[in-house]
Amino acid sequence: MKLKLATALTALLVAGPAMADLVVPNLSYRTGPYGANGTQYADGFNDYFTLLNERDGGIGGEKIQTPECETAYNTEKGVECYEATKGNGALVYNPLSTGITYQLIPKVSADKIPLYTPGYGRTSAKNGKVFEWVFNAPANYWDGASVAIKYLLDQNGGDLKGKKIALVYHNSAYGKEPIRTLQELSKKHGFTLSELPIDPPGQEQKSQWLQIRRDKPDYVVMWGWGVMNQTAIQEAANIRFPMENFIGIWWAGSEVDVMPVGDAANGYKSLTFNGVGTDYPVYDDMKKFVIEPGKASQGGQFVGSALYSRGMYAAVVIAEAIKKAQELAGSSAITAPQLRDGFEALDITPERLTEIGLPDFGPEIKMSCDNHGGSGMARLQQWDAGAKKWSLITEFTEPDQDVLNPLIAEDSEAYAKEAGITPRC
Amino acid sequence: MIYREAGDFKTSYRDDGQTFPIRLDRWGYYALLAVAFLVVPFFIDSYWANAVLVPFLIYAIAAIGLNILVGYAGQVSLGTGGFMAVGAYAVYKLMTAFPGVPIFVHILLAGLITALVGMLFGLPSLRIKGFYLAVATLAAQFFLVWLFNKVPWFYNYSASGQITAPERTFFGWAVTGPATSASAKYLTCLVFAVVLAWVARNLTRGTVGRKWMAIRDMDIAAEIIGVNPLSAKLSAFAVSSFFIGIAGALLFAVYLGAAEASEAFGINKSFLVLFMVIIGGLGSIFGSFAGAAFLVLLPVFLKNVLVARLGWPTDLAAHLELMIVGALIIFFLIVEPHGLARLWRLTKEKLRLWPFPH
Repeated sequence: MKLKLATALTALLVAGPAMADLVVPNLSYRTGPYGANGTQYADGFNDYFTLLNERDGGIGGEKIQTPECETAYNTEKGVECYEATKGNGALVYNPLSTGITYQLIPKVSADKIPLYTPGYGRTSAKNGKVFEWVFNAPANYWDGASVAIKYLLDQNGGDLKGKKIALVYHNSAYGKEPIRTLQELSKKHGFTLSELPIDPPGQEQKSQWLQIRRDKPDYVVMWGWGVMNQTAIQEAANIRFPMENFIGIWWAGSEVDVMPVGDAANGYKSLTFNGVGTDYPVYDDMKKFVIEPGKASQGGQFVGSALYSRGMYAAVVIAEAIKKAQELAGSSAITAPQLRDGFEALDITPERLTEIGLPDFGPEIKMSCDNHGGSGMARLQQWDAGAKKWSLITEFTEPDQDVLNPLIAEDSEAYAKEAGITPRC
Repeated sequence: MIYREAGDFKTSYRDDGQTFPIRLDRWGYYALLAVAFLVVPFFIDSYWANAVLVPFLIYAIAAIGLNILVGYAGQVSLGTGGFMAVGAYAVYKLMTAFPGVPIFVHILLAGLITALVGMLFGLPSLRIKGFYLAVATLAAQFFLVWLFNKVPWFYNYSASGQITAPERTFFGWAVTGPATSASAKYLTCLVFAVVLAWVARNLTRGTVGRKWMAIRDMDIAAEIIGVNPLSAKLSAFAVSSFFIGIAGALLFAVYLGAAEASEAFGINKSFLVLFMVIIGGLGSIFGSFAGAAFLVLLPVFLKNVLVARLGWPTDLAAHLELMIVGALIIFFLIVEPHGLARLWRLTKEKLRLWPFPH
């Protein structure tokens, strides 16, 4: 009896049964200080694969499964989720957390499963020579930092000399990513950079904004996530910092970040690498096959929001890579290493995006053996508090590759040396 | 009937003073060790190692360490996360600076470094007690995490402030890094857990432990009978931090493989380990294991029941998990304020009389 009970309990500690079909685990977070943001992303991610399953019967005749696993943005739970799902034939991971990404990079390289980190994770993973299994197209943090500075250059007639720019960042691997680039750019363009770390989760940032009030920087750039974003925008409004001089990274540019601040958030800008809203043809099908039959993830209450769109965009890229991998492998039941080849040969042209029903939704993505990061193009969006929506204010802008490429080479070489990797290609 | 002292004759003082005076306990202990060392490593897969057993063993080591300080010496500490961070960053600096030295040596050295840091932050305990000491150790927690975030030397000037464990071997077996097999991870942690638990058990029933307990029960009385509070308190901080440092080193190097100070070693970690000690039982080695098991295994167990078996949405399951674990903590503390270890002791006492209680 005791033995039976013990075996039953043991069985319950082990994850669910093995699955057929193509498995794309969704390591999401819907709880904790980052849950409001993580939920929307996870919904977009799920819904696009549901759309493919319902409308096309999957990809190349293979249904896609997206088993979810809650990480709460916590690295230990992330490891547990990775271990629990990788045995089920997981094809690719997209954990939406820079901290978890850093842990998974060595693990996926050993287990030979691709890791796709659009717009987050380790920037130098763009160097495919060193990071064989990691892809971070269409843009990374250093691209974001460079595009933001480029935009400010444009605003100031190409000259930022003597200007003061403050970086407000989440004091974690994620927030620290852009510092090196911004320092290089400040040398190049002659602006002064001040760094203001905010300890996660970031509900407490009075002192940092007091410092901003005292120093009066011309611009504030923010690397925030979760509850930190709304707090920062609220604090900026409190000290009457001009919103149009406040630029957030793409993770600080969703509706949940600006809505709580109300009208005071009007004019706040953020970077983005994907479109927002439901004015894309793909939503006709989405409505018909996913939302109206009631198959939308968690009821579909966030359809079209900035983060929903980004989650969907990640799913689009993964779906395209699966399709490419199926072409290359000549069979529809692909394995994780075959998907890696698919990612590396990926080429999403503007025409292809239009075909999917998302014209001008994201930049062109073309990857190769040595470039796992695409073009790095991003654009700016601005919040209109009256209409309660984001509007795109620039075209896709290319980052300053002259500054970024040496930095990427330097950082990835340091990693290769530390981890004992011989560069490929 | 079967579980009893009768018939188990002790003919020497040594036998009389052993940890498991009852034969069945002793056999159970040896059987458990035999299974843990000789059977489990051959069957363990990476899920069982990484999600269940390795974290359990590491947190058990940390809980034993904190139990020495809180349960045996009576000094409340909220600095566990900070001290674990010291262990993690020490092992990182050592393994990157001296790649040729076996990793076990580095882990032990990391423990020793943490012991020194722990003694330093234990100095206020000579003047202040109770809640005030807890606040002083809380300062250690925040200071240490801030330090590892602030000074780039600690994370070898990496762009993001993350530390990543490179591959290091022990007699040709990879112990850290991505290529480590599940059984190597498990065995490394098991060896440390068993040896450290053995050390803790023998320290706490010897002179040192009796001094700690004397200080805990009444420090003035202890001083009068000749216990030196300086050496007793600082030795408690040193030994406790040594254990916690090793746990931190293992957590980073063997279990996670990459870490950042504020996320992996924040105040939450201090509370988690303190809760393990309180729920498991203050002043009990078994309690440390039981508390670690309760707080590490139960969430994983609940998650698998609710999500994988019942198919509930993951956010609902995550919230329910918090509620169930919280409710169980309250339940156990009401039913038995002295923790799971006391429940275990009561069960054993009842078993001795079974089936003929008087």
